[in-house]
Amino acid sequence: MANKIPRVPVREQDPAIRATNFEEVCYGYNIEEATLEASRCLNCKNPRCVAACPVGIQIPHFIERLTAGDVSGAAEVISQDSSLPSICGRVCPQESQCEGACILGIKGEPVAIGKLERYVGDYRLENPAPESNTPRNGHKVAVVGSGPSGLACASDLAQMGYEVTVFEALHEVGGVLVYGIPEFRLPKKKVVAKEIDAVRRLGVKFETDVVVGRTVTVDSLLDEEGFDAVFIGSGAGLPRFMGIEGENLNGVLSANEFLTRANLMRAYDEEYDTPIYVGRRVVVVGGGNVAMDAVRTAKRLGAEATIVYRRSEKELPARVEEVHHAKQEGIEFRMLTNPTRVIGDDKGWVTGLNCVQMELGEPDESGRRSPVEVAGSDFTIECDVVIMALGTSPNPLIASTTDELETTRRGCIVADEEGRTSRRGVFAGGDTVTGAATVILAMGAGRKAAKAIDEYIRNK
Amino acid sequence: MFEILEKRTLAEGIYLTRVYAPRIARSAKPGQFIIVRADEKGERIPLTIADYDIEAGSVTMVTQALGVSTRKIVAKEVGECFADVAGPLGRPSDFVTEPLEELRNKRFVFIGGGVGTAPVYPQVKWLSEHGIKADVIVGAKSKDMLIYTQEMERVAGNLYICTDDGSEGFHGLVTARLEQLITEEGKQYDCCVAIGPMIMMKFVTLTAKKFDLPCIVSLNALMVDGTGMCGACRVSVGGKTRFTCVDGPEFNAYEVDFDEAMRRQGMYRTQEQRALAIARERAEGHKCNIGLDK
Repeated sequence: MANKIPRVPVREQDPAIRATNFEEVCYGYNIEEATLEASRCLNCKNPRCVAACPVGIQIPHFIERLTAGDVSGAAEVISQDSSLPSICGRVCPQESQCEGACILGIKGEPVAIGKLERYVGDYRLENPAPESNTPRNGHKVAVVGSGPSGLACASDLAQMGYEVTVFEALHEVGGVLVYGIPEFRLPKKKVVAKEIDAVRRLGVKFETDVVVGRTVTVDSLLDEEGFDAVFIGSGAGLPRFMGIEGENLNGVLSANEFLTRANLMRAYDEEYDTPIYVGRRVVVVGGGNVAMDAVRTAKRLGAEATIVYRRSEKELPARVEEVHHAKQEGIEFRMLTNPTRVIGDDKGWVTGLNCVQMELGEPDESGRRSPVEVAGSDFTIECDVVIMALGTSPNPLIASTTDELETTRRGCIVADEEGRTSRRGVFAGGDTVTGAATVILAMGAGRKAAKAIDEYIRNK
Repeated sequence: MFEILEKRTLAEGIYLTRVYAPRIARSAKPGQFIIVRADEKGERIPLTIADYDIEAGSVTMVTQALGVSTRKIVAKEVGECFADVAGPLGRPSDFVTEPLEELRNKRFVFIGGGVGTAPVYPQVKWLSEHGIKADVIVGAKSKDMLIYTQEMERVAGNLYICTDDGSEGFHGLVTARLEQLITEEGKQYDCCVAIGPMIMMKFVTLTAKKFDLPCIVSLNALMVDGTGMCGACRVSVGGKTRFTCVDGPEFNAYEVDFDEAMRRQGMYRTQEQRALAIARERAEGHKCNIGLDK
């Protein structure tokens, strides 16, 4: 019988202290806390959480194991559907997926599924399963990109016996997990590097500094390097800008640039050479997770930091937890505010952001009420840096250098449910197919494609 | 690993480094660049490709030691390795894909300023290998600072040397020499390609405009990833924002907003100079006791 106690609170770093460092905000559960929280699960016969999980993790099942104190058993259950639990436990928008569907959430608080998944995932990283020696089947598969979809695809294929090489354009493996998501939300050494080590132990080879489309091409991998199939998981790395006046002033940058400097290049650490600039006041434009990551990074680098978003707080696409954490850390939120112009001094440096006030009008195609300008409501926010976090789109480099690879008008690679593209032997999944989405969807797509690649090579 | 196979001093503070990077050597084309990270804590520095050799699997870069990061790059000796060399990045020069018959009728003049002379070389060399002899103007502050003149001599139609102080060749700027060639020596050109300091490229463009001479420049913008991800290299071309790393680095010079491009190059100048000052003081054994280097 389920334990009728309130949700077990999770320990976190004090907001005033963590706003000045890059260490992880949330400490996560320990074994006692995890077991206690697990005991709240009703183990529903018809689990709504599973249906709400993009990859259908058997949630009540793994929680049941956890309640019984069998953490490795719980890890076993999760691994059937997810290869990155310690990452997804930290970055999934649980409130709109599993936890949003939890029956306990109707009257009280849902089971902390994300925190439990994280606990199980971290346990598995600390106590890795013994190395399996799958015999190699002699077939080679190339994976382009080492983000969530590439890692998932590579690890599944390696377990099936394929010789897998992952090509990464940057100097470090991990894709968005390394360049995009900050240390304070997803620790690089403690979590990401260990997940990658686990994939490496399966026999997957990683080659960094290889820009597919430039250093090599999909065609040269297939024709010259003897790969039987290629999986493209190159993500959505191209930043969008607003197209307003003053956007090329010194001090306006994409969230991608700002976060890449801080995360991948470790610019927040004086020992590293890459510079970063925050000035005294930073305004971040946007309301997604990337916007929250950027604004909280700016705060940690010592700036006063503000979010400007054109819709209302209810529409913020970021995870609820990130918004909550950002507020605790002293981030200012200016909702229903839309930038119209970046203002600069005579030397071309940013001095402020001109905005207008918005109000909510009729719902648009996304079902959200679209913001409408309030006439005559112009005002200026003084700042030194403006960071644009308006979403990203796929990099056209691969599509434009690969023959017969169909793309959509928005530059996404066209692939079916199983990841098959218009080109035989070429598969794709993750953000490069869907446009910017979530880690778990990309991971799921990578795994589906691994199955399709296996089938393709077997029938070749 | 990216082992250094050869290193030479070309002029004071300017070094040639040939590095083992077989994949890049195989794919490199004139006009492209690479990103180099000297060590694990280093910055990603874009450098134009000065030469490539498929058989040796090597790529040559020419670096002027200016800041902390370029100093780290030139401090590496033969046998040592760079942490990373990625590329070739950017689009190759347009002429690489033009039909050869058309190209053979085109009269090219290349202008290389200072360290920008090095990336001119693979372009002129490529044309020479395809039976096209281009004229080349090379400019430097003084005789001692001239680089790549012997190599250029071998592949260029005519080589014109200019120095600011007159210590070798024409006494004056490359723009004055270009003007002289056209107005006094009866030279006719169909395309000008200029690579060098931004200010030189700006003035070459103005000179070329006077003669309705189409002009191409190769921009050396700030970059982080070099693959289109960060947008640090944004530049206004024909009133539109373009990314130097994926849309360039070569652009129609008439359309480039040089003043904005120069301003944007200075985005991190304060931090760069501070880092350099700290590095210098540390090298001299100075230890800051009041934490100004933190």
